[in-house]
Amino acid sequence: MSIYVDETTRVIVQGITGRDGSFHTRQMMAYGTRVVAGVTPGKGGRSFAGPNGGAVPVYDTVADAVAGTGANASVIYVPPAFAAGAIMEAADAGLGFIVCVTEGIPVLDMTRAHALARDRSCRVLGPNCPGIICPEKTTLGIIPGRIVTPGPVGLISRSGTLTYEAVHHLTRDGLGQTTCVGIGGDPLIGTSFVDCLAAFAEDPDTEAVVMIGEIGGTAEQEAAAWVSANLDIPVVGFIAGRTAPPGTRMGHAGAIISGSSGTAAEKTRAFEDNGIRVAKRPAEIAALVRESLGA
Amino acid sequence: MDLHEYQAKELFRAAGMAVNPGEVADDPAGVRALAEKYGGRVVVKAQVHSGGRGKAGGVKLAADAGEAARHAQAILGMEIRGLTVGRVLVSPTEDIATEAYAGILVDREGQCPVFMVSAEGGVDIEEVAATNPDAIHKLRVDPRYGLMPHQVWGLATRLYDDPALARQAARILTRLYGAFTANGASMAEINPLISTGGGEVKAIDAKVSIDDNELFRRPAIEAMRDPASETEADAKARAAGLSFVKLKGNVGCCVNGAGLAMATMDLVKYYGGEPANFLDIGGSSNPDKVVAALEIITSDPEVKVILFNIFGGITRCDDVARGIVEAVGRLGFSIPLVIRLTGTNEELAREILADAGLAAVASMDEVVQEAVRVAG
Repeated sequence: MSIYVDETTRVIVQGITGRDGSFHTRQMMAYGTRVVAGVTPGKGGRSFAGPNGGAVPVYDTVADAVAGTGANASVIYVPPAFAAGAIMEAADAGLGFIVCVTEGIPVLDMTRAHALARDRSCRVLGPNCPGIICPEKTTLGIIPGRIVTPGPVGLISRSGTLTYEAVHHLTRDGLGQTTCVGIGGDPLIGTSFVDCLAAFAEDPDTEAVVMIGEIGGTAEQEAAAWVSANLDIPVVGFIAGRTAPPGTRMGHAGAIISGSSGTAAEKTRAFEDNGIRVAKRPAEIAALVRESLGA
Repeated sequence: MDLHEYQAKELFRAAGMAVNPGEVADDPAGVRALAEKYGGRVVVKAQVHSGGRGKAGGVKLAADAGEAARHAQAILGMEIRGLTVGRVLVSPTEDIATEAYAGILVDREGQCPVFMVSAEGGVDIEEVAATNPDAIHKLRVDPRYGLMPHQVWGLATRLYDDPALARQAARILTRLYGAFTANGASMAEINPLISTGGGEVKAIDAKVSIDDNELFRRPAIEAMRDPASETEADAKARAAGLSFVKLKGNVGCCVNGAGLAMATMDLVKYYGGEPANFLDIGGSSNPDKVVAALEIITSDPEVKVILFNIFGGITRCDDVARGIVEAVGRLGFSIPLVIRLTGTNEELAREILADAGLAAVASMDEVVQEAVRVAG
């Protein structure tokens, strides 16, 4: 099984006619994602040409797209100035799962968008995230399909390309995945490590979890405590940013050590104290997963 | 983006807050004139983006205009944590009875702005948080409703027992929240918020950081950027849309993606090297970005080797390879390159590099070990 989405998920793409939106929609459709519609304000009534002769209708609003196609999830590729509005529109239209890929959304915009999504019981993945992929079932976002393969490992990460690096090693070592989730590099994200861990705990096919964290905030520490109290399957961790200087943002808006909190050392300790084995190098992750699975 | 104290005070005054007067000058004569205007007894404060200005000797009291000018002479041009002081703020001294603290941040866990106030102001608030956390009162503000009057009153009465002072504080706190949200701040702080012997409450220091993601829609704030507060390399990286942080080592790093870039630096250290920088070229694979990245890295005289670690997803390896070849041709530097490219269009990238006499390896461990070896 997979978490949050699967091959039956009916997906709309907000920003489908843009440069990134159109490129990734075609990639998603080629992978097998059920993209049922696109939304671009002012371009309703057009048709979006997918790969292999496929096409989907474009609507002016998410509400119209939902009414017309019965969509239940959305992927957002709209520019930062409009992205929080796009999340609120999708949540207001009743969609239950929203992936926001956009990087650079003002944080105060996100305080309101997250509040509305919570009020509507809508799960937001991201923003500033690569999305979610369930090997051979569906992909929402930008994770390259050819690096994943089906298998027993669940993966959760705050990063994009570092996720690819880790998944690449897992796949090459014959350790496939149930679902890989990029939760995003922003300080305010809709889906946390703990949310994903709880979902993986409910999935009988997930036999081990990989958590890839980084400096900044306390999400890893909370996840470690949750694992120790609630999870029976093994977890392997990795933390990026051991060499990051304090007080400096390292690319991701959320990757910043404030005072003495949010350091890689603190997070590594939280993992280890709660029975999570921590890889020192990305290449070690697969070996630790194999050992913990006894495979 | 951090604002200078005098800029933060301008925003606060525009929001209608009680702030002590003050103006900036960039030479001792200007400081003397301001001191005379304020009646002689003034405080002269260095305007740099750094904490610890007082400890560094960047904040001085003067009894008269002559002394103010002498302080300005010493402070202007002084270095505080690597930053040269180009301007000082001159303000009349205040008759301080009490010092409090008020600040607003974005709370990651609560996903909302959080107000923090303490009657113990004028000191490092992180220290208060560590030694006497009960002295700090926190209030999460629900972004759906904003700051409500009873909440502000609750905060103000934590600061002052005297209702006359609490009423003034409530006005200031309300406007502080207004200035925070209206300017897209990620942090706004008054430390200290003072009460005077005459029963007035006002801000005598101000600290504001603006969320970088807000700047595209706030040209007036963007115009407050102080070019002197930024190195040439930082300015160049910002203009090219690159995330760049200078570090102290000699292994120059060029990576796509922030997480992978951090992991690459960590691996350099793991294998016994020292990274010279963090640099994320981002998701797009525009060859111009690669050229800009190499310009920045090669301008650091410490750099002995340049390490590329590219995991192609959206980023196409052949585009990065073209950028590398173009940059080498255009910039003509002699620093050795070690390159790792894997993912989208990897084979094509290897051909492009091979035609230019460059080689690439496939694994991150290999390329980092090679870089550390070359750097010596």
